[in-house]
Parts: sequence; C-alpha cells; structure tokens
Amino acid sequence: MINWTSWLDYSFMRNALVAILIITPLFALLGTMIVNKKMAYFSDALGHSALTGIAVGVVFGMQDTTISMVIFAVVFALLLNKISSRNTASTDTIISVFSSCSVAIGLAILSAGGNFSKYSAILVGDILSITTQEIGYLVGIFAFTILFWIFGFNYLNAISIHRTVAKSKQIPVKLMDNLFAVLVALIVMLSIKWIGILIINALLILPAASARNISENIREYHLFSLIFSLFSGIVGLVVSYYTNVATGPMIVIIASVIYFATYLYGRRK
Amino acid sequence: MKLKKIIETCGFHCIKINHLGVRFGEQVVLKDVNLHIHCGSLNAIIGKNGAGKSTLVRAILKDVPTEGTIEYRDTKNGKMKDLKIGYVPQSINIEKNTPLSVYDLIASYQYHYPVFLPKNKKIYAEIQKHLEIFEAADLIDKQVCNLSGGQLQRVLLSMAVADKPKLLLLDEPVSGIDKNGMELFYKTITYLKEHYDLAIILISHDLDYVKKYADHVVLLDQTVLTQGTVKEVFESEEFRCVFGNADAEESWIHGSAQDLGKNWGIDFKDKRLEGGNDND
Repeated sequence: MINWTSWLDYSFMRNALVAILIITPLFALLGTMIVNKKMAYFSDALGHSALTGIAVGVVFGMQDTTISMVIFAVVFALLLNKISSRNTASTDTIISVFSSCSVAIGLAILSAGGNFSKYSAILVGDILSITTQEIGYLVGIFAFTILFWIFGFNYLNAISIHRTVAKSKQIPVKLMDNLFAVLVALIVMLSIKWIGILIINALLILPAASARNISENIREYHLFSLIFSLFSGIVGLVVSYYTNVATGPMIVIIASVIYFATYLYGRRK
Repeated sequence: MKLKKIIETCGFHCIKINHLGVRFGEQVVLKDVNLHIHCGSLNAIIGKNGAGKSTLVRAILKDVPTEGTIEYRDTKNGKMKDLKIGYVPQSINIEKNTPLSVYDLIASYQYHYPVFLPKNKKIYAEIQKHLEIFEAADLIDKQVCNLSGGQLQRVLLSMAVADKPKLLLLDEPVSGIDKNGMELFYKTITYLKEHYDLAIILISHDLDYVKKYADHVVLLDQTVLTQGTVKEVFESEEFRCVFGNADAEESWIHGSAQDLGKNWGIDFKDKRLEGGNDND
C-alpha cells in the first residue's frame, strides 16, 4: 500500500511544492502572451543564453553566477527585441543565429579544462534543491509580475493585435515590448536552476498553447492556462517522487499529454 | 438633421500637412506631400500600388520617421491643438482559434481594467453602446477570428471613434467584404462624417466608391500629383497617366483585368498580388 502523503514528510519536497505553486502560475501567465506574440523562439533563445551568462560570470570570477546570468539575459533580450523590430530579415533566423552563437560561446568557456560536468545540472534543473531563501526571491518576483500583469496586460494585448492601432491609441509600444522582454528574461533566469535549460521553454509554452486550443476569450485562456500549469506542476512533482524520475521532465511530459488531449478536443468542436 | 450637422461638425477645424516626406534609408517613399483637410469632409487618397498610400497613413500616425509637419488648427482663433487620430487598419493579426472576443479586443485598447479578470459590467455596457451605432452590438461576445470581413470592419470603426478623434484614418478593406458590405462601409463613414466632428482620410482601392462618396480626392505617387473634387481629379491628365483611359479603368475595377492584361501582354494577376503585400 502506497502512502500518498509520505512525500510531504520531507522538507525538500515541501519546499519544491511551494516553489511549483509559485513558478507554474507565473509561467502560465507569461506563456499566454508569449504564444500570442509568437515569441516561442525568443524565450527558447533566452533560456539557452543562461549558459553564456554563467560563462561570463566564470570569466569575471564572480562568486554568484546568478547575477551575471540575469544581467546577460536582460541585455540579450533587449538586443533581440531591437533586432527583430528592425524587420530586415526573418526574425526566427536572426534569433536562431544569436542563440546558437551564444550557446556555443557559453559551452566553449565552461568546457575549457574538461570541467563541464560541474555545470551540467543546469541543463535538467533540480527543483528539489531549492532553499527557503530562494523561495523568498520567487515570492518577490511573483508579486511584481502580478502587478505588471494587472497594469500592463491590456497594453501588451493591444500591441500584439495591431502595433500601429496601439500607437494611435497612445500606447507606449516600444516601452511595453521591452518591459515584457525583460520580465521574461528575469523569470526565466531566476527559475532556470530548478527547471533546467532544456525544458524551461516547454513549461512556458505548453500550458498556454493547450489553453488556446479550447478557449474562446481571454478569461478562459488565462484560467485554463493556470489550471493546466498548476496541475502538471503538482502532479509531475508527486509522480516523479514515486517513480524516481527527474521532476522537470515529468512535469513537461504531463503538460504535453494535456496539450495533445486539448488539441484533439479542440479539433472536434 | 441639417441643424444637427452644423452643431456637430463646426467646420472651423482644419488639419494641415506640410512638406511631409518619408525615406527608408536611401529610398524616398514620399516627398513634399501637402494636404489641407477640413473637418466634416471625406478625403480619398488614390494611386497605384506602391505609390506610398500606406506609408502616408503610417507617417500621419508618426509610425515612421518623417520630415515636415502636421498641424491641427482651430481656424476661429488660430490656436494649435493636439490632434487625436482614430485609425482603422485593413486587417488585424488574428489567426484562427485565437481566444479573443470583441469585448476583449475593444477593452484592451480603450480601458485599463484588465481583460483577464471577470467582465466589468460598466465597460461591457459602454462597448455595447458604441457597437450599436454600427449595428454590431450583438457581436460583443463573438470570437474576433470568426467575424466576417464586414463585421470586423464595423467593430474596428466603432473602436476608432470611441474616444472622439478629430481625424479618422481608414485603410479600406480589400478582401473578405462583399458588395453589400462595401456599400454599408461607405454609408457608415458618410454617417460618421455628418454626425461627428471629424475629418476623414480614406485610402481607397476602388474608384467606383470614391466617385460616389468622396468630397476631396488626392492622387498620390510619391507626392501629390493632383487633388481636388472628384470631377477635377478624374478628368485630369495625371489621372489618365496613372490609371489609363476610362475604359481601361472600368474593366480593371470590374475584375476583367486579366482580359485587359492579355491585350497588353501583362499578367495582372501577379501585379495584384504584389500590391496586396504593399498594403499590409
């Protein structure tokens, strides 16, 4: 007989649960706009730039590479935004080029001297290692994001529908675009240690994409995205405990199953 | 009705566009465009594809770096004012299955109350009131991606005039609207012209409707080739140069452009496709 609450006996599991209760709603919210604005490539590139951020920190001999990671990601996000607004070549190509280049530089620096295994944990992430203090940081960014969402979502939505119309309504298009990019960069960088570079984008995109399959308006879109994100997060954590599989990938597997289910359901309508 | 018009559109406001120019790098798209627009008038901008019509709209909206000035003046006391512009694009970026209702669309642009929270009854009622003017009140809960071209146009119009602009900039829809829809579109903007205190600039692709509804016509090709009343412009030498003779124009409009092309040895189908991109 399996004891279904035994996992809560461990403090690292309780911490992980709290972290998931904070991170997944954030990702659900940001995901709705990333999918609307067709920025999946962008957030993917941003996740990969974490490697370069760490590498930069290592080169400058920083104790805490989180700071160099965040700074690098913010600069990288603003740069990508600037380039894609120029509209000279197709955006996905440019983002791809920048992303591959920065990943290569990061890998090259981190693997110098054959030491890469020290950093490989960041590829998959480990939510079980989160500390109470780190949860504190997440709570801070959670509160900030909710505020930004309340004051900025209408603007972001208006811009994603038609930039020029938004401009004609005196909406600060460029400022909002940049603020959103910086926010995504911050949240991706502050949660990448727990979620992992390889799957962070899946967690951003999947709940929103699933919600989109079955929603007819913005309210349903947000609600379903939140539900799917929380559900895959909590269930993924519990299942990974009992099956002894890494938590991040388990969460993504569950989110993917939800995506396929909603896709089939949405097509039937 | 007439009295109402005098009250609503005062005729004392005018918009002056002076020496407007736009260049993208080395390429000059518009140069020295001078327009004088009165409130209560419908001004149609015509010209062939690639003449810079859409760029002119973006320049007026300050969406591209421009040379020259745009003044908005009260002719009674000569005071300058801030010009509020309502803009209706040709289409918006909405794909199939986008979770966005008409309420969401309008509330995002017009209100600060977040659209992801439960609907705000007051805002809902206000939006419905605006939509009613354009016979679109029953569309408020529809998904935007499921609207017909004509319905979407009316929704966008109601959004554009919601905050009482002094200039209405319209990019006439080219696709997805049938003949009845176009007629309704032009009737609606004529109504707006008569009942609101605003001037209208319309980028038009259909000379038949321009002939019927416009007060002032501007023929554009990089700069203003000629402007004036419908009669003046349509009978001008410049008009003939751009659109060919009346017969050619007639057959162009009525969709037999391909036959015409055969005579001239030109494949018009491709030309039209190119034009479509230009107007995005």
